[in-house]
Amino acid sequence: MNPSAEALERQFGAAVRRVTESCGATIVYVDPARVREILAWLKDAPGEAYNYLADVTAVEYRDPDLPLEVVYELFSLPRRVGLRIKAALPKDGPLELDSVVPVWAGANWLEREVFDMFGVRFRGHPDLRRILMWETYAEGHPLRKDFPLRGRFSRSEQVRQALNANPEAHYSLEELGIADEYYELPEDVRERLQRGERGRIPESKGGR
Amino acid sequence: MARKRTLDVALGTTTLDPRGMPTTVPLGFESPEGEGLEGAPDLGGEHMLINIGPQHPATHGVLRLVVELDGEVVVRAIPHVGYLHSGFEKLGEYRHYNQIVPLTDRMDYLAPMSNNVCLAMAVERLMGLEITERCKVLRVIACEISRIISHLVWIGTTGIDLGALTPFLWMFQEREKFYNLQEAWTGARLTTTLTRVGGLMADVPDGFEDGVLANCRSLLKVMAEVDRALTRNGIWAGRTQGIGVLTAEEATNMSLSGPMLRASGVDYDVRKDRPYLDYETYDFEVPIGEHGDVYDRYLVRFEEILQSVRILEQAVDRLPDGPINVDDPRVILPPKHAAMTDMESMIHHFKQVMEGVRVPAGEVYSPLEGPKGELAYYFVSDGTAKPVRWRVRPPAFINLSALPKMSEGHLLSDLIAINASVDIVMGEVDR
Repeated sequence: MNPSAEALERQFGAAVRRVTESCGATIVYVDPARVREILAWLKDAPGEAYNYLADVTAVEYRDPDLPLEVVYELFSLPRRVGLRIKAALPKDGPLELDSVVPVWAGANWLEREVFDMFGVRFRGHPDLRRILMWETYAEGHPLRKDFPLRGRFSRSEQVRQALNANPEAHYSLEELGIADEYYELPEDVRERLQRGERGRIPESKGGR
Repeated sequence: MARKRTLDVALGTTTLDPRGMPTTVPLGFESPEGEGLEGAPDLGGEHMLINIGPQHPATHGVLRLVVELDGEVVVRAIPHVGYLHSGFEKLGEYRHYNQIVPLTDRMDYLAPMSNNVCLAMAVERLMGLEITERCKVLRVIACEISRIISHLVWIGTTGIDLGALTPFLWMFQEREKFYNLQEAWTGARLTTTLTRVGGLMADVPDGFEDGVLANCRSLLKVMAEVDRALTRNGIWAGRTQGIGVLTAEEATNMSLSGPMLRASGVDYDVRKDRPYLDYETYDFEVPIGEHGDVYDRYLVRFEEILQSVRILEQAVDRLPDGPINVDDPRVILPPKHAAMTDMESMIHHFKQVMEGVRVPAGEVYSPLEGPKGELAYYFVSDGTAKPVRWRVRPPAFINLSALPKMSEGHLLSDLIAINASVDIVMGEVDR
C-alpha cells in the first residue's frame, strides 16, 4: 500500500472516500468536489511530489447502478512512485468535475477526450470541445455503455448527414474570425454561425 | 476591408496563469499597429489563417493544423485530430483479450510489435501470470526492433521535411532489413499480431538471431554515415537548433514522454524507472538532452537507436532455449495435433476459442517505453473474458498536445520541423 494514501487521509479526512489496491497499485477514491485541490496538493507537497500526470481517463461499468469513475494516473518523477486517484460520479447527478488544467497543462487534451467520449464536463477547462469526434457529432458520447457499437443513427442516416454537412462548419467561429473567409461567407451563413448553429443536425426523417 | 476580429474565447492554445486565466490577449486587442519586424511591410496587423492538412505530406498522416500567421510568424497553431478515429477502445470492449491484439497493430503502425507486447503484458499483470524466460527475451527483441524501425522512419521523414532526402533512402533500406526479419517471424510486415496472452504467436525461425546481428552491424555503419551527413551539418543544425524549445518544467507539466521528455533534460525512461521484461538486467544508457529543441530530440532518438542495438546484441546473446508459452491450458491454445487427437486438448481448444481467456476482476495500468514515449494500456476487468474498459495511453497524442505551445512565435517553416519532431503516428493519436 502506498503511504501517500494515509497521508491523504490525514490531510483531507472525509474527502478520501476509500482506498483499495489492484495489481500492486494503490487506488484512492476521493470526493469529486475536491479533486483539483487534492491533486494540486499531491503535486506540490514536498513528501509527495507527484509531478507527472500520466493519464486522465474514465471508466463506466457494465452494471448501470455503479457510478462513472474519472481516473487520474499520477507518477512522481523524483520518487519513482505511482498513484491512482479516482473520482466517482453518480450517474443520476451531473457529470461534472473541476478541471486540473491549471495544475497540469497536459490534462488539456486528456480531459477533452474524456468529455468527448464520456460526456464528463470539466469546470474551468479553457477549451472544452470534442477532440476525436467532430464538433457537430450528434450521436452522443461513444464510450458510454448505453452507446451501441455501431452508433445511434442508422448507416443511411449517418451517410445522409455527412452529405448534408455544412462544409463551413469545419472551421470554428474563432478560426473563421481570423480569416477573410468569414467575411466572404453569405450573410445568412454568418448569422447562423453567430447563433451557434453548429452542433445541431438537420431534422431526421429516416428514423433511427 | 474591415479589421478582422476574433472572439474573446480562450482556445486550447492560450497559456494559462496559475489561476487558470488566459494570459494572452485575444486577437485584435493586442499591441498597436506598426509593431513588428524591422523593414517588414506594414500589414496593418492583419493576421492570416492557413490550413495545413489533413492531406498534406508534412503532417505525417491526417493531422490538420489551422495556423494563424502574422506575416510568416506563427501566432497560434490549432491542431485538429480525429480524422483516423476508429473507436478501438470501444471495439476492445466487445472482444476477447487475444482478439484485441490485432487492434493494437493498427495503432502505432510504425512499431506494431511493441504495442502487441504492451497488451500481452497488461493482461498478464492482471492475471498474475509469469511468462517464460525465452518469451521475455524474445519480447525484448521485439520491442527494440520496433524502436529501431520507428526511429529510422522518424529520422528519414524528418530529414525530408527539412530538405534532406538522402538519409530517408538510407533509413528505409535499413528498415526494410528489419521488416524482412519481422515478416519471417510473424508472417506480416506491418500487422504483426505477435503476442498472445501468456506467450507468443510463434517462436523465431531458424537463423533469426544471426539476421538480427547482421542487421545491427549494417545499421551501425549506416548510422555512422547519417551522423556525418546530419549531426554536424550546418543546414540541419540551423533548421533544428533552438526550435520548439521546451524546458524540463514545461515538458513534465505537459505530460510529455519518451524522447520528447528526455530531450528536455528529464531523466525518465519506463525501462529504467518502472522495469518490465527484466530490462533492469540489460546494460544500456538512457540519452538525455539539455536544450529541449528539435536538434536535441534528433540526438536523443539517434542515440536510442545505438542503445537499442546494444540491447539487441545482449538479448540475442542470452536468448535461452525452452518454451515460449506458459504451460497453462486456460490461456494458451493446445497444439493443433493435440487438439485433433486428444479429447481434453480439444475441449481446451474449444473453450479457448469460444470463451476466451478469463481474467480476474481488477484493474491495471501497464506502461512500457514505446518508441514514441510511455505507451500504457489501462484495463478494467469484471472477471469476464472481455474488458470493461480498455484505455490506451497514447504517447503521440499527448506529445502532440504540446505542439501549439512549441510553435508559438516560430516561423511557419519551423512549424514543420516542430511537428516532425513530435513523432506522431495518427493511427495512435486518433485510435
